[in-house]
Order: sequence, then C-alpha cells, then structure tokens
Amino acid sequence: MFFNSLLTNFAALEVGQHLYWQIGNIRLHGQVFLTSWILLGALLVFISLGTKKMENDPKGLQNLLEFLWDYIRDLARTQIGEKVYRDWMPFIGTLFLFVFVSNWGGALIPWRLIKLPSGELGAPTADINTTIALALLVSLSYFYAGLSNKGWRYFEYYVHPTPIMLPFKILEDFTKPLSLSFRLFGNILADELVVGVLVFLVPLILPIPVMFLGLFTSAIQALIFATLAAYYIGEAVEEHH
Amino acid sequence: MLAFNFFGATEGGLFDINATLPLMAIQVVALTYILNSLFFKPVGNIVEKREKFVSNNIIEAKNKLSEVKKLEADLLTQLQSARTEAQRIVSEAENESDKLYKEALELANNEANASKEKARLEIESQTSAARDQLSKQADDLSELIVNRLILEK
Repeated sequence: MFFNSLLTNFAALEVGQHLYWQIGNIRLHGQVFLTSWILLGALLVFISLGTKKMENDPKGLQNLLEFLWDYIRDLARTQIGEKVYRDWMPFIGTLFLFVFVSNWGGALIPWRLIKLPSGELGAPTADINTTIALALLVSLSYFYAGLSNKGWRYFEYYVHPTPIMLPFKILEDFTKPLSLSFRLFGNILADELVVGVLVFLVPLILPIPVMFLGLFTSAIQALIFATLAAYYIGEAVEEHH
Repeated sequence: MLAFNFFGATEGGLFDINATLPLMAIQVVALTYILNSLFFKPVGNIVEKREKFVSNNIIEAKNKLSEVKKLEADLLTQLQSARTEAQRIVSEAENESDKLYKEALELANNEANASKEKARLEIESQTSAARDQLSKQADDLSELIVNRLILEK
C-alpha cells in the first residue's frame, strides 16, 4: 500500500516527462531550452556587465571575470599543454561555464514554482540530450585537434606504445563520450531526484544539507567535464617520441 | 508507471533522445563563439597585457639593479685605487721629507763638524803659539837669570 503511494508520489515528481515543442517534423524538449536560455542569458548579461569597462586596474566584476579567465587558462594549459592551449581555451571555458551555470542554475533556482503544462523546468544538464551533445562536441574536438595538429600521424596514437593497444584505443573513442555524458547526466539528475524526493517526504530542514551537497557535486561535475575534455584534447595533440 | 516510463517509451522517458541533441550542440558552439568574442578575447587581452607589463617592469628593474650593482662595484674599485694612490703619494712625500731631513741634518752636521774642527785647529795653533811664546819667554828669562848670576860673580 505504502509502496504504491510512494510510486504515485514519485510520479508527482514527473520523472521523464517533457514539455514537447513540435516544429515541423522534429520534436524538442522545450523545458531544456527554456532553462538554458534563461541561464545563458543571465551568464551573458553578467559577462557583458563585467567586461563593459575594462581597466588595467581591475575593479568589481572585472576582478571576478579575470579570476575566472585565469582559472580556465590554468585548466586548459595544464591539460592541453603550452603549445596549443590558446586555440582550445574558449571551448574548454565554454564547456565549463555552460555546465557550471546549468548545474548551479538548476540547483539554486526554485524552478518547481513555475508550472508547465507538462514536465518541469530544471537543470539543462539533467537531460540526456544536452549531455550527449556536449560529449559529442568533445569527441569531435579532440579528433579535429589531433588531425589538424598532426595530420595523419594522429593515428599513431592508436598504436602507441604497441599495436596491441589498437582495439582498446578504438573502444576508448566510444567510451569517452559515453562516460562523459552519462556521468554528468546521472549526477545532476540524481541530485535533482534526491532533493525532490526529500523535499516531498520531509519538507523541513533535512533537504538543506543534501542541497549543499548538490551544489558541491554540481561544481565538481563542471570541473570534471571541462578537465576531461581538455585532457582528451591534450592527449590527441600530444607528440609521441 | 514510472518504472515503465524510465526507459525507451515512445513518448517521454529519461532517455528520450530527439532533435534537442543537435540543436543543443549548435547552441553550445554558438555560445563558444559568443563567449570567445565577449569574454575570452577581451579579458585575455587585458590580462596578458598586464602580465607583459609586469614582467617587462620586472626585467627593467632587474637590469637597473644589475647596472646599479656594476656602478657600485666600479665606484668601489675607483675608491680603492684612489686610496692606494693617496697612500702611495703620502708615503712618497714622507720618504722625500725624510730624505730632505737627513740631507739637511748631514749638511748641518758636516758644517758643525767643520767649524768645530776649524775651531779646534785654531785653538791648537793658538795653544802651540802661546806655548812657544811661553817657552821663549822662559828661555829669555832663564838666560837673563843665568846672565845675571854670571855677572854678579
């Protein structure tokens, strides 16, 4: 009996429900785009405010943005290497900012208060489409980075250090986007579900530490995603001797 | 309901992959370009300009410091050579004055000796003259005495 009611309660969380937009023949998850546009809009507003009046002696927001830039540069430089990190810094930084803003936006803003006809608003990264899109972009990027930097010699990487590695390296090309996308998706969705269930069962106090844990996980996931993307690109452009 | 909806239902479900995926990818690529021109390039320019400025200043300061050190060393050697030169001049002057003093002393000594000698010779000659005179007088006197004695007899 209890189990049954729990299930219906779960159903009240509307897991796996989407707000469908139909454009011609294609169907979209509207809630993902809505939240991503709001969050990215906020990010862009924040960044344009911070970079509006840039001075040599940074003040206010510019300080924060410069710190962020420095952080992203360090991340890209340590993973990709001194030679080509400049080309990839905007991509790595965008991945980091996008995932971070999506995760934190999903965790901090009480989207549930906004009622949709179907599905509910939440972190864009809690949708498998978003995470797969990001992961595939990373895959394309490291292929492109490897090929553009080393030409056909990029494929030496597959038989390095011995040809025995070939099947594993080929397998890696599939497991890399898979693990990237599912790690992010699983973490963020699980966090949303745990908080949702706890809020539903015990609406007072108890969810708060879990929410903080969620914020922590969100930040860590953004860092992990950006670091791994940079690492894969770095691995592709690395010169073997 | 939930359990069945979780995987692969035609409508909805957690793993419902559709056109959201490519559109989101395009959105992220567009965001990369926007952020590059809005954030990464301008902030990077200003940060790298500042880093260059700071490192240039540090290099300049280091150059100046080494120059100052070189000048200091130069000055020190100059001071040292000036000191030894001065010492040399002083000792030379001392030697010179010593020599002059000795010369003057010798000259004076010689002069004194000569005049002493002259005086001594003069005294001697006068003494011998006086003695001669005295002995002549004594001879005269004795002759007189003798003569007188003889005449009285």
